[in-house]
Amino acid sequence: MVCARGMGMYRSILPILTVISVIMAVWVIAVVPMNIHLTADQAQRDGIAVTPDTPIARRNVSGISLVVQNPHLIPLTYVNTRPNLPSPHQVGGELFASIIDQKITSKRSLVYHGWVTLAPTLLGFAIGTGLGIMLAVGIVYSRVMDKSVMPWAIVSQTIPILALAPMIIVVLGAAGIQGVLPKALIAAYLSFFPVVVGMVKGLRSPDHMQLDLLRTYNAGASQGFWKLRLPSSAPYLFASLKIGISASLIGTIVAELPTGAKAGFGARMLVGDQYGQPILSWAALFAAAITAAALVGIIALIERGALRKMGMMSA
Amino acid sequence: MMYVILGCVAWAAGWMLNVRLANGPRSDERLMQILIPLIFGATIIVMWEMFVIGFNVNPVFLPRPTDIIARMAGEGPRLWADFHQTIIKGALSGYLIGGLAAFAVAILADRSEFLTRGVIPVGSFMAALPIVGIAPIFVKWFGSDWESKAAVVAVMVFFPILVNTVAGLRDTTKMQRDLMRTYGAGYWTTLIKLRLPATMPFMFNGLKIATTLALIGAIVAEFFGSPTVGMGFRISTSFGQLALDMVWAEIVIAALAGSGFYGLVTLLERGVTFWHPSQR
Repeated sequence: MVCARGMGMYRSILPILTVISVIMAVWVIAVVPMNIHLTADQAQRDGIAVTPDTPIARRNVSGISLVVQNPHLIPLTYVNTRPNLPSPHQVGGELFASIIDQKITSKRSLVYHGWVTLAPTLLGFAIGTGLGIMLAVGIVYSRVMDKSVMPWAIVSQTIPILALAPMIIVVLGAAGIQGVLPKALIAAYLSFFPVVVGMVKGLRSPDHMQLDLLRTYNAGASQGFWKLRLPSSAPYLFASLKIGISASLIGTIVAELPTGAKAGFGARMLVGDQYGQPILSWAALFAAAITAAALVGIIALIERGALRKMGMMSA
Repeated sequence: MMYVILGCVAWAAGWMLNVRLANGPRSDERLMQILIPLIFGATIIVMWEMFVIGFNVNPVFLPRPTDIIARMAGEGPRLWADFHQTIIKGALSGYLIGGLAAFAVAILADRSEFLTRGVIPVGSFMAALPIVGIAPIFVKWFGSDWESKAAVVAVMVFFPILVNTVAGLRDTTKMQRDLMRTYGAGYWTTLIKLRLPATMPFMFNGLKIATTLALIGAIVAEFFGSPTVGMGFRISTSFGQLALDMVWAEIVIAALAGSGFYGLVTLLERGVTFWHPSQR
């Protein structure tokens, strides 16, 4: 089975690389028409011939036709200092400079900003998961809670709570709650409902046959919970945890975005935008993406290890 | 203090009523399944009202539900204008653009087994990323009116719909495809008569996930620049004026719009995939 699984992964690597390189190619090509207006203006100031030769005339020309008329400017579109769309190597360079070339205590280091975002994400995720599992147990064992709370848990997932994250931060800030906690509360809230819904499904996943079998063994309710319901909920739990952790991270970032936060990925994205340094925004965006991928990846690894140990996944 | 006790009494009464109803003989009837959560919701609102009065909570932190309802009744036209700008122009048009684009890419990718194997993992990876972060960039690119919101929404909904549609297109069994071949059906006939219908339950899964994302994208993008109308704009400016009842009024509208949108897509799903076991 290991072999088949490995083969499956191996078989997918080439297609994945192909898709990624198609995306990269589109990006690299898009850089030229996206930046050509800025580049043409700059080139003219530097004394390079540009057609049409006034900025006003150029404004009425589309990016693509401007490229066709000025093919000699194409290389320059990739080295713009304030591009509309930075090229991959600019973003990569900025990522390298702000992750590896900076001391992690520096305000310019993305590792520092990453930690500012990550700490409330993890704290909130832990709180949300803990409370979510507790509520799910309550729902599974109490008919009243099931009937009265569960519909709201489902409906709440269709509500765009995330959009209110910045306001919640400000209200809590005004109430004197600052620092890690307000962001953690939002992260907790966002991971809470996926865990509740997934765990309820998981705790209910043992079928009648299995429950009856335990009854014939004369097992009590608590044994039924620890020996059957809880273990069989594990796959559902991990699926919800993966949704929950990325929801938590997104919540923390959105909470940082328009609230004037001084540090964190969200603040970094906005700073780059407001001070005309788009490369900074893009680097922060990619760093956030890498963090999200790493968090989901870690949970997937734990999932594989745990399920394999529990014998729920073929080794 | 009276009000606090009153709030607790209302909570206890509602809970006890629900205990009776949920353990009663008719608890599995449809009426009860709606009534019980409604009673639960109502007790929370009553308790909220009573606690805010009882503890003298500053309306700048938490307004009373009755204030919010009064605000909603008094600001009808403005709330409608915000709803129209954000939900109909921003979220809905972005949702349609993103959905159609995802559908088109899914059909194209499906032509090649090789591409499909690449699109699914990359797409589900992208769907887990904090894509809302592009909002400030898109507002700069597409201007502050609804076009930039639609663009953010389109990108956000694209990946979940794409992944689910591609997965659905692969869902037919070999037996079914062979049957189509024995009928002499070509690619297009097989696609339209067999594979697209089989895709629908999957695609609607993606479409349902995307409804909430669409509203989030449209509202959040307005925080970075908008005309003087829109739910995100109203939330942030009313907040600046400490008019929390207006903020909450918009929250209620957003919640109703979110569940309504989800409900609509679910209804559509029921109509389209009436044959699927989950709908019967």
